[in-house]
Amino acid sequence: MIVEADELVPVRCSDDVVRARQAVRAKAVAAGFSLVDQTKIITAASEIARNTVDYGGGGTLRIEVLRNGQRCGVRLTFRDQGPGIPDISLAMQDGYTSGQGLGLGLSGAKRLVNEFAITSAPGQGTEVILARWK
Amino acid sequence: MAETQSLFLTLIDKHQSALLDDWLDRMARGSASGAALRRDDGTLDQAKRFLDQLRRSTRHGQLEDINAADWAPMRELLEDVSRARVVQGFSPTETATFVFSLKQPLFQLLRREIGSADRLADEIWTATRLLDSLGLYTIECHAKTREELIGRQQQELLELSTPVVQLWDGILALPLIGTLDSARTQIVMESLLERIVASGAEIAIIDITGVPTVDTLVAQHLIKTISAARLMGADCILSGIRPQIAQTIVHLGLELNVVSKATMADALALALRRSGKTIQDRPAPTPRQND
Amino acid sequence: MAEIPILKIGDCLLVSIQVDMHDRLAMALQDDLTQRIVQDRARGVMIDISALEIVDSFIGRMLNNIAAMSRVLDAVTVVVGMRPAVAITLVELGLTLTGVRTALNVDKGLAMIRTIIDRGEQEDDRRGG
Repeated sequence: MIVEADELVPVRCSDDVVRARQAVRAKAVAAGFSLVDQTKIITAASEIARNTVDYGGGGTLRIEVLRNGQRCGVRLTFRDQGPGIPDISLAMQDGYTSGQGLGLGLSGAKRLVNEFAITSAPGQGTEVILARWK
Repeated sequence: MAETQSLFLTLIDKHQSALLDDWLDRMARGSASGAALRRDDGTLDQAKRFLDQLRRSTRHGQLEDINAADWAPMRELLEDVSRARVVQGFSPTETATFVFSLKQPLFQLLRREIGSADRLADEIWTATRLLDSLGLYTIECHAKTREELIGRQQQELLELSTPVVQLWDGILALPLIGTLDSARTQIVMESLLERIVASGAEIAIIDITGVPTVDTLVAQHLIKTISAARLMGADCILSGIRPQIAQTIVHLGLELNVVSKATMADALALALRRSGKTIQDRPAPTPRQND
Repeated sequence: MAEIPILKIGDCLLVSIQVDMHDRLAMALQDDLTQRIVQDRARGVMIDISALEIVDSFIGRMLNNIAAMSRVLDAVTVVVGMRPAVAITLVELGLTLTGVRTALNVDKGLAMIRTIIDRGEQEDDRRGG
């Protein structure tokens, strides 16, 4: 598997969420995604980016375009050094929110992508990796 | 063993053009399509490259294993030849004829040039084994390319098999045939929604007469499709519910949250009513009086 | 900071969301709309999202809030112009827009608001209220 393109963007404030979406769109278009696939990965990115800002105290997003033989994909890696998630399975449930949200960020984003991995623990920050293949 | 290789190669080198002519002739005679192949300049070019590559791949004397690194360029060449043949519609046999029809000309050449019977037998044996491997490889490539082609056609078929029909102003029908898996659902949703935008329809009848079973997964796909249509401002009516399906839905406790009718006719009647339309019988024409 | 313009069409308010919204803008919009509904005695609120390529749970929450507030003020909320790719994604995301009606475009949205208001008035008449 080859990483064709690689970009690191800050995700620290509300404006960054907008910029993150635009950056992900650019990569998704470059990877040749259909409109629906683009919309799905950008929406997933928006959800996790917001989480990173609202709950993670801000962090970073790495966007990679991957190529595995014939297949082309986009991988997003969100990292923050925030308080971490004490109970991941609870956080992944639809409707669960520790704030003002709709509680769909993690569970919803997972449904929009092909690969989803989350690592988090209190005091150790959070890392969320999402990938969508064409 | 070194002697064998050099004899092989030397002979091909020495008599290349005659060998080529013979070989292409053989190919043409092999089948009706072979004649077409023979005329094609591409074939001459491929044959030349084959002989060329044969010389190069045997440089280190390895004739046994065509999967080794030395033979990679040859394998690529044969893949190209196969792919071209598949696209042109040739059968696996016709494709392999490219390689196998080299045997006769080559053996004739060996017989002319090699005096000793034993030596001749060895050479022919080595050549046969090599050409057989290469010919079989060609057939495998052919199979693989065909599978890829079929895969692509399946995808196209999938897209074509979800037609959205306009029954009347503002009323669309989506007759689903076959199982509804998640890949199909995506295509169904895209077709339906695009049609809603294009026609401004406010009612979509989703007919599942042709859907063999409705289980929890299929129900989820239907619900997604119906929700998506609603977001586009179109209400859905489900039709074509067979008695067994109705039972399954109840047994599984599936909540479809949509008006459902047994037949598309019933669904259409409802759709027309909702659209404020009625159907009336025309008054019977008065019979002409014969004066 | 750009504001989102709110237009008045008869007794309806029309909002066209053209930009990628961030928090401050969303909050400002909710405030402005609530004020205008009261000020203009609006019976309907139409939110045109035809320019939005993405609707995430943040925007979803904003739409739900607007619908809830309008409802309290006896106004109907209709979201119009959702793009197919957005609808498909919303459904996959599992986002439900509660109390939000949807229509294909502004024309149909206005017609829908009209029907609902008329029906509501008929109900009131029937009940003698």
